[in-house]
Amino acid sequence: MSNSDIVMSDGEIKSKRKLQDIIFENLTLLFALTLILLVLLIMYEMFRDSAPTREKFGLGFIFNGNWDPVKEDFGALSFIYGTFVSSMIALAIALPVSLGVAIFLSEIAKGAVRSTISFLIEILAAIPSIIYGFWGIFVFAPYMKNFIEPFLSKYLGFLPVFSGSSSGFNLFTAGVILSIMIIPIITSISRDVMKAIPQSQREAAYALGATRWEAIKMAILNAKSGILGATVLGLGRAIGETMAVTMVIGNKAQIKSSFFEPAYSMASVIANEFAEASGKLHISALIEVGLILFGVTFIINSLARLLIYSVSKSKK
Amino acid sequence: MLKEELLRKKRKFEYRKFKSTLMLSLSIAASIIAVLPLLYIFFYTTASGASALNFDFFTNLPKPFGEEGGGMGNAILGTFIMLMIGSTFGIPIGIMTGIYVSEYSGSVMSVIIKFLTDVLSGIPSIVIGIFTYGLIVLQTGKFSALAGGFALGLLMIPTITRTTEEMLKLVPNTLREASLALGITKWKTSLFIVLKTASSGIITGILLALARAAGETAPLLFTSFGNNFWSTSLNEPMSSIPVQIYNFAISPYEDWHKMAWAGAFVLITLVFVVNLIVRIITKRKFTLN
Repeated sequence: MSNSDIVMSDGEIKSKRKLQDIIFENLTLLFALTLILLVLLIMYEMFRDSAPTREKFGLGFIFNGNWDPVKEDFGALSFIYGTFVSSMIALAIALPVSLGVAIFLSEIAKGAVRSTISFLIEILAAIPSIIYGFWGIFVFAPYMKNFIEPFLSKYLGFLPVFSGSSSGFNLFTAGVILSIMIIPIITSISRDVMKAIPQSQREAAYALGATRWEAIKMAILNAKSGILGATVLGLGRAIGETMAVTMVIGNKAQIKSSFFEPAYSMASVIANEFAEASGKLHISALIEVGLILFGVTFIINSLARLLIYSVSKSKK
Repeated sequence: MLKEELLRKKRKFEYRKFKSTLMLSLSIAASIIAVLPLLYIFFYTTASGASALNFDFFTNLPKPFGEEGGGMGNAILGTFIMLMIGSTFGIPIGIMTGIYVSEYSGSVMSVIIKFLTDVLSGIPSIVIGIFTYGLIVLQTGKFSALAGGFALGLLMIPTITRTTEEMLKLVPNTLREASLALGITKWKTSLFIVLKTASSGIITGILLALARAAGETAPLLFTSFGNNFWSTSLNEPMSSIPVQIYNFAISPYEDWHKMAWAGAFVLITLVFVVNLIVRIITKRKFTLN
């Protein structure tokens, strides 16, 4: 009497174990596939629900600057403008600062100083948007109105973008608050890609007589596509940021050359009007704005990730 | 002639040294500039919010303006309930996807999913709000806690997936090999050896995701909406801390602003404590970054 009468044969055990492994792998795959399904579902649903305005206005929706729920004349141009300009202001301020911090964290700081600053930057990223907005309304916008903006308009007022008086609730304030909010993400990814550049390259630079800055500059240049990726990622965050912008941008659908004029952003108009929108066309228009926002951030994030992957892969 | 040459070289060297010092100083200055707003927000919120915090804040309903006292008890409960709803599917999907991406990292599918997770984490939360609105609010015909919780759960997934993946990758391969060599199946190795080893790291990911979701306002504005009363029904609109802060913040009343600052203080403290815990756990277990 062989053992196979009592227990399973070796072959049976093997195939049973193999089956378990296959089931488990496919189970995890199934969960993972829900993510793909989710993305497709988001696209499908927003596309479907924006049909009324897509059919009525077509491509003209993007080039129309009017937004009038009463007359049912809808165009996204003023929101696209507000989102674009406030994000660019944010990037212009955040990029140099973030690079400075990234250099400090990856090349200069050591030990407790490094971990403390990293920790604080992490917290900066974790503070809810609503708190930035709240602080923006009561502290930052008045500060901009009373000190920064009069100063800029006095000395740089000959530039159209800095002309005119301000209420504090405008594109510029929104841009500056956004810059604070995107500094953490640009910093942490730039720092990571700089760290991925091998130490031997800096040592080689030193050996050739480079100063410390020259050695660091070389590391930065080698990490440039990763830093570009980090910047694009920051741009994506700025474009999608909702509450903080809604609370300080002034919420006025208009296109003015001055940064000191109130404006409106894509995310803000959705946040402000969606819950109260009643007309079918109004809701559809808001969903179409959301669809544009989704499309733009999807492309930008994809691009950013590809840039970042290219650096982190080449280091290995 | 030679002396002049040397002098010129020396000057050039000094200029390079000066430039180096200047750039490094600028880098230090940038770090200070970046941290200043954080300190400002932190201390301002503490100064304005801590004084309005008392026992009532956690147990009472908001009062109409003009009346003294009141709290955000229903909003705190609401945020808690909706986080629970989100966790029921957000955590399992997040962890299982993380396992797939890390443990079966060879396949094309896992590369695609890793990429999509990263892209998804950058999709604005307000878009998730619109999606949830169409999927749940429009179908059921009303704002509900269920819709709010669903939106929060979706927002938690990318964070949990990413940390799970990173934590699993930190587990040494020798551990996997040792387990497989003992004849343990791959799935048991993944679950009971690898996942268990990385569990504290994964818990930090869940904590981070929860803290982030707790502060989300935009996706709740038109899903869970808001509620001025106690409500535990999943089919009714539900109050939440961030939406309550928003409604109070844009109101013209001084009393309500004070309550909003107290709410902001609670949120900021939550974020700070969670990040501190995460830092301590990950430091002890792994050296992350």
